[in-house]
Amino acid sequence: MEAHAAQAKPRPRGWRHALESRRVLAPALIAPAVVFIALVVGVPLGWAIYLSLTDAIGGSLTGDWVGFHNFTSAWEDDNFRRALRNTLIFTFASQVLVVTGAAILSAFLVRDFRGKWIVRFLVILPWAAPVVLSTIAWLWIFDSLYSVANWTLAKLHLDNALVWVLDTVGLEEGAQVPLQWLGRPNMALVAVTIVHAWRILPFAVVIFIAGRASIPNEVEDAAKIDGATGIKKLLHVDIPLQAPIALVAVLFGIVFTAGDFAVVYILTRGGPFNASHVLPTWAYAIGIDGGALGEGAAISLYLFPLLVAVSVAMLFFARRVQVS
Amino acid sequence: MTKRQTFFTYLVVGPFAIVLAFPFYFALVTMFKTDLDLANAQHSPFLYNDLEGNFHWDFWNYATTGEVTFLFTDTNFPTWIVNTVLVAAAVVGITLLLALPAGYALARLAGGWGQSAGVAIFLVYLLPPTLLFLPLSRLITNLDLKDSLWSLILVYPSFTIPFATWLLMGFFKTIPHELEEAALVDGCSRLSALVRIIFPVSLPGILTVVIFAFSLCVNEFIYAFTFVSSSEQRTISAGIPNDLIRGDVFYWQSLMAATVIPAIPLALLYNAFLDRFIKGFTGGAFR
Repeated sequence: MEAHAAQAKPRPRGWRHALESRRVLAPALIAPAVVFIALVVGVPLGWAIYLSLTDAIGGSLTGDWVGFHNFTSAWEDDNFRRALRNTLIFTFASQVLVVTGAAILSAFLVRDFRGKWIVRFLVILPWAAPVVLSTIAWLWIFDSLYSVANWTLAKLHLDNALVWVLDTVGLEEGAQVPLQWLGRPNMALVAVTIVHAWRILPFAVVIFIAGRASIPNEVEDAAKIDGATGIKKLLHVDIPLQAPIALVAVLFGIVFTAGDFAVVYILTRGGPFNASHVLPTWAYAIGIDGGALGEGAAISLYLFPLLVAVSVAMLFFARRVQVS
Repeated sequence: MTKRQTFFTYLVVGPFAIVLAFPFYFALVTMFKTDLDLANAQHSPFLYNDLEGNFHWDFWNYATTGEVTFLFTDTNFPTWIVNTVLVAAAVVGITLLLALPAGYALARLAGGWGQSAGVAIFLVYLLPPTLLFLPLSRLITNLDLKDSLWSLILVYPSFTIPFATWLLMGFFKTIPHELEEAALVDGCSRLSALVRIIFPVSLPGILTVVIFAFSLCVNEFIYAFTFVSSSEQRTISAGIPNDLIRGDVFYWQSLMAATVIPAIPLALLYNAFLDRFIKGFTGGAFR
């Protein structure tokens, strides 16, 4: 055994030899993954585009060619436009909350303090828990009769004040105690935004922390020597250095929020009166419940331009960060 | 840190932690409530009360484990957990089989175009299932996989592979080149260097991928919800809202128990592997 191992191995020949060359080995190792992705993502994506251009109905995989009719008829529906508007509102509003929260929280979470482990555990919970299940917990918090939010507000004698504020700013005209978080159109939008911000925040915090960690200590020292402090340091050192990674968090947040089905489906089912639908839930209502497969596909494809924009931004920043 | 800084840190971090963890704390309280206590809107929702709504220090005598037991004995919850674990384990296996070689090749063998290809594969992860579920649900029916866990095992790698490839790329980049060069000089072929040197060294990274890919599978909703319609074949994400919310009847205590039970172990795992996750995630390209 010893002697055998000591012998120099014969030079590999034929296909074995080919596997030693990077030019052959690299594609050979990558190909299985790429082929699989092409089959389970590429084919359905292509099919979705095809379906959106046909009048296919539930139960069939083909239909007659109708051009862009599904896209235009979806567009003419008020419910669709509201779903599109809601998708944008949820995405934008929740990302504003997420970025603000993540910037503040990450700045303090990088410090060392007692009990950091448990704080980190609590902060991470919303990200680790399955979305559907944590949204059911929110459903209970926003319950029409037993809402803990309303109970607490009432005990603190803040319920009338909140109702007055909502009425005055015009968010919920004619609001009454107890507040119907999910039963009134505008309040439902508020509730969904809160849940989205809540569930994306931990992920953004984690990415922000990574961004902070990637800033070398020398930069901090140099800033100190140059006398950059407070707002000046924030504007000229902290923000520019963290912007690329923060942007990654935002891009993810946009995709996760805009493409989400579970939160709206569990909280409101798109209601009341179709007021809180988003593109995915509206596509489900039309494509699966309504059986209009073609139009459903067209509705979900309206998300595509947004995703392409996000992807382009992502590629752009990935490259820039690499170069610098 | 000075005392003042420490105080200020708690002042900021504390409220955030409370708000973020609140739904789980509240679910934890609710799952042991009695029906009569729960159904009285005057009773404090934070505590266990007697019939008059008063709190007693021996509060466990006013709480019940009945609804949690109900979840395990009278619903398909145990079956859903088994299904979820089966699907997630199979998907993680497939994912590693395909993503390990791809991640390694992209990080080490492909050179310049590897980086771009890596980003391209990762962009697939950004394609939400909501874009693909309509044609996929038809394809699954035509393949006769409807109502079967196999449909999920087939489709879930579509998002776990891009995600895992990206993370693994990040991990493999951090391994020193000398390690495999030494193996090659010793007469190892590239493939056996990969299996015998690189993979063992990357075990922490691979474990991180296993955990996060696993939780992506547990998390998934729309495919599980549209592909599978019989209760016995569902995963937890699809089974719980379907069977425990019946029209206007909500089994609140059982629902809350079903929320808390999977969340705690997953969060513990996340917390343990978080630093490695950050390393792989940002090591992929954003460096």
